[in-house]
Amino acid sequence: MNLCPAVKNILLLDSEGNRVASKFFTDDWPTNKAKEAFEKAVFTKTQKTNARTEAEITMFEDNIIVYKFVQDLHFFVTGGEDENEMILATVLQGLFDAVAILLRDNVDKREALENLDLILLCIDEIVDGGIILETDASSIASKVSTNSIDSAAPLSEQTLSQALTTAREHFVRSLLQ
Amino acid sequence: MAQPLVKKDDDRDEEADYSPFLGIEKGAVLQDARVFNDPQLDARRCSQVITKLLYLLNQGDSFTKVEATEVFFAVTKLFQSKDNGLRRMVYLIIKDLSPSADEVIIVTSSLMKDMNSRTDMYRANAIRVLCRITDGTLLTQIERYLKQAIVDKNPVVASAALVSGIHLLQTTPEIVKRWSNEVQEAVQSRAALVQFHALALLHQIRQNDRLAVSKLVTSLTKGTVRSPLAQCLLIRYTSQVIRETGVNSQTGDRPFYDYLESCLRHKAEMVIFEAAKAITELSNVTTRELTPAITVLQLLLSSSKPVLRFAAVRTLNKVAMTHPMAVTNCNIDMESLISDQNRSIATLAITTLLKTGNESSVDRLMKQITNFMSDIADEFKIVVVEAIRSLCLKFPLKYRSLMNFLSNILREEGGFEYKKAIVDSIVILIRDIPDAKESGLLHLCEFIEDCEFTYLSTQILHFLGNEGPKTSDPSKYIRYIYNRVILENATVRASAVSTLAKFGALVDSLKPRIFILLRRCLFDNDDEVRDRATLYLNSLGDGSVAETDKDVKEFLFGSLDIPLTNMETTLRNYAQNPTEEPFDIDSVPREVKSLPLVEKKAPGKKPTPLGPPPPAPTSASDAYERILSTIPEFANFGKLFKSSVPVELTEAETEYAVNVVKHIFDHHVVFQYNCTNTIPEQLLENVTVIVDASEAEEFSEVGVKPLKSLPYDTPAQTFVAFERPEGVPSVGKFSNTLRFTVKEVDTSTGEAEDDGVEDEYQLEDFEVVAADYILKVGVSNFRNAWESMDPDTERVDEYGLGPRESLVEAVNAVISLLGLQPCEGTETVPNNSRSHTCLLSGVYIGNVKVLVRLSFGMDSSKEVAMKLAVRSDDVNVSEALHEIVASG
Repeated sequence: MNLCPAVKNILLLDSEGNRVASKFFTDDWPTNKAKEAFEKAVFTKTQKTNARTEAEITMFEDNIIVYKFVQDLHFFVTGGEDENEMILATVLQGLFDAVAILLRDNVDKREALENLDLILLCIDEIVDGGIILETDASSIASKVSTNSIDSAAPLSEQTLSQALTTAREHFVRSLLQ
Repeated sequence: MAQPLVKKDDDRDEEADYSPFLGIEKGAVLQDARVFNDPQLDARRCSQVITKLLYLLNQGDSFTKVEATEVFFAVTKLFQSKDNGLRRMVYLIIKDLSPSADEVIIVTSSLMKDMNSRTDMYRANAIRVLCRITDGTLLTQIERYLKQAIVDKNPVVASAALVSGIHLLQTTPEIVKRWSNEVQEAVQSRAALVQFHALALLHQIRQNDRLAVSKLVTSLTKGTVRSPLAQCLLIRYTSQVIRETGVNSQTGDRPFYDYLESCLRHKAEMVIFEAAKAITELSNVTTRELTPAITVLQLLLSSSKPVLRFAAVRTLNKVAMTHPMAVTNCNIDMESLISDQNRSIATLAITTLLKTGNESSVDRLMKQITNFMSDIADEFKIVVVEAIRSLCLKFPLKYRSLMNFLSNILREEGGFEYKKAIVDSIVILIRDIPDAKESGLLHLCEFIEDCEFTYLSTQILHFLGNEGPKTSDPSKYIRYIYNRVILENATVRASAVSTLAKFGALVDSLKPRIFILLRRCLFDNDDEVRDRATLYLNSLGDGSVAETDKDVKEFLFGSLDIPLTNMETTLRNYAQNPTEEPFDIDSVPREVKSLPLVEKKAPGKKPTPLGPPPPAPTSASDAYERILSTIPEFANFGKLFKSSVPVELTEAETEYAVNVVKHIFDHHVVFQYNCTNTIPEQLLENVTVIVDASEAEEFSEVGVKPLKSLPYDTPAQTFVAFERPEGVPSVGKFSNTLRFTVKEVDTSTGEAEDDGVEDEYQLEDFEVVAADYILKVGVSNFRNAWESMDPDTERVDEYGLGPRESLVEAVNAVISLLGLQPCEGTETVPNNSRSHTCLLSGVYIGNVKVLVRLSFGMDSSKEVAMKLAVRSDDVNVSEALHEIVASG
């Protein structure tokens, strides 16, 4: 019996329910047709709700879906019916905020497609095969963006930014103690 | 010159719905992928092409095997580039291409180099990629690096290795299990997420070792857990340990409960909620244990975040099913959720309230729900209607406001499923609450005046025909019914005619007027309507005010006590063989055939196998009857009453497999022994079964039908017949010995030797029990059937069944003892219920109809008591059933 919290899929759809970027981690939707049908159904079920200030939640086909909208982008995170709703919401928030950081707060469909590489890397850093890797937006964003600096960027700069991160962590920890 | 113009138009379109991938084409992108082979790599350009490839894959485009291989090989060239961003994209696309084993080898060395790189990002990602695409053989090569990575100082690297370990455990557990020392070290990591991933992996490695899991939980609940996610995980493991250990019998304390309770005061919401949920799901949770969890859930109900409100109300809704009293404290908060923007939350709140509400709050609740109903979807409305139905059955005195509510929503817009749920609810209320009958029937009458669903109209007309004539003023319904004959489609008209006839049959004073109406129906343009009218006019008498024949009433109101599938097969057979004889309804077998259990398959997971579908299961009893009728010795035994299911008389995988089917006739019993010879080197001849009936005194052997030859792996039958006294359910025990002549067979030629040896083989005993004399025959409306039986035949008694594990067990035991058909789904007992009523019906030998009402009750010490009420066409049969239970 696997008790580990699991994410079934992460969907990023536009204002008409078309896929911008989606990642499915289970075999519940074996074909692209099934995936698209699921996306359409979830989109239709949620499109009239107001999920712009706070994340919203619904159930669909024994799945829990948490979602949040911004501009013409709809973010969804799906989990099984026994999943802790708040864990899914944390994943959604991590994704949502990390994307906002990466797109410098210009979060809309056009910007997302122009930076699709960042979006895909971002999803890749949040969930690996259904298991949650990281939920902290700034950590996710920093892991994605350190990679996209030009090849010209010196190696030393990278280590510097990491050194800063480590230093900050140490500082916070000493404050907490 | 037209070219630029068109181009301009395109541009303008792009402006409206711009996408960098507009007009993207797989072929062109694959062409672009050639840049991967350039000696001077342009990192930016390569990244863009990979993004395009990823876009195509993400949109569901699939590459052919050749295309994928080509792209994969081209991508491997990119490991030469030192560009970080490009390397990340390379990692991504390798995972998405999921290369085959022989391709993996190409990138293995590059990835292994990255795994040992000084750049943390390379190490972490190379581990994830390699573990995703690798198979077991390669894993042993990289195992050493993975172990190192688990205890790497960089948390991202450690997490990558641990998460990969979790995935690999599914495919190559033997290797991952060797890492437990490193994983254990990682559990102590100061990095929050490393601890989470290490904990998940360690638990999965040890999940079959209860003691180890218990130790892990014990040490961690006392130690420090750094991230909320790890804390949630620990709570789940703790509840698992609690489930497996149970309550301490001496102190009544539950181990680790204190830990769960302390988590309710954690600062992270997800931990608080996980703990509260875990507590509510404890088996046999006490009110004292439940209270702190309910309190925090109540606080979450008024959170500003919809996710929190949803999680809390969903959990409380589940608690309300088993502990409604514990949830009543939250009712005020719950009521404010009825108007929640999120309709899922509102619906859950309402159904919870309907479960926990008390009699005094019903009216207020109904008012709130009325406002809410207009703006929710049908699926939610159905949930609400069902909740209201059960509330009404709980508080019958409140039927007036609930019935009003139902009739109001019945008039509003709604789909078929929704309307059906409402009509079903009203019908159930009318049936169970006598006071609600008249008003409920009128609501239904008004509904069919304007009902677009034929199915619902006919259902209501049928119900009206049964219930309407028994009301104080039946005449007021006639108008509604006759309106149907004038206004509706043929199906509804036909059922309206039947309903009119029922009124005519039961209400003598209305008869002359009903006759006038029915005569008008003779001119209907539909055959069925005319036929029905003619039939009823002829059977109801001469139209004068006189009592209707008992037979006619029986015909109009009696239920068809024959399974419809059996009726269908018999009619089909009748139509296939043209004959002068009229169809005889008694020739339809009454045995309910249990459908073979078809394994439920997950949709879409398995393709339907090609080839012809498996042959439809032929009815066993038909087949038996055919076999038996071909044996002249048994031909004069009369009609076969019942055949039992086969009873195995040998262990599995013995030399000879034998089972027996018991065929019951009016005076006789025939045992059919199905034998299979499982030894290729043997041929059996003159096979008989010697039956010792010394423990079955009422039976006397009258005939044997031996089996001439029984070759290898070809099942065949031998029969033994017994006579038994008529009308008595004779029971007894039979011991059996298989006797035969065995001949050696040369397996190469298949020829048997001439000389055989006599031999015997001991079979197991079996019994003829009372249930063998009872046919499973269901009735569609038990209440009607029960009331139509003579109350003088009723025999009631009470029995103690002793201590039982659960009511389910007791109910099943009695059902199988009596061998009757459970009706109206009453054989399923709700979880944890302490009392249950079960309705059974069947036919006793001699074609005597039997109905049984069983009431079970269980006290605190698990002692089960049962009240058995039997009605049947024959008092002796009622008593016989009591004897079965008393001796069983």
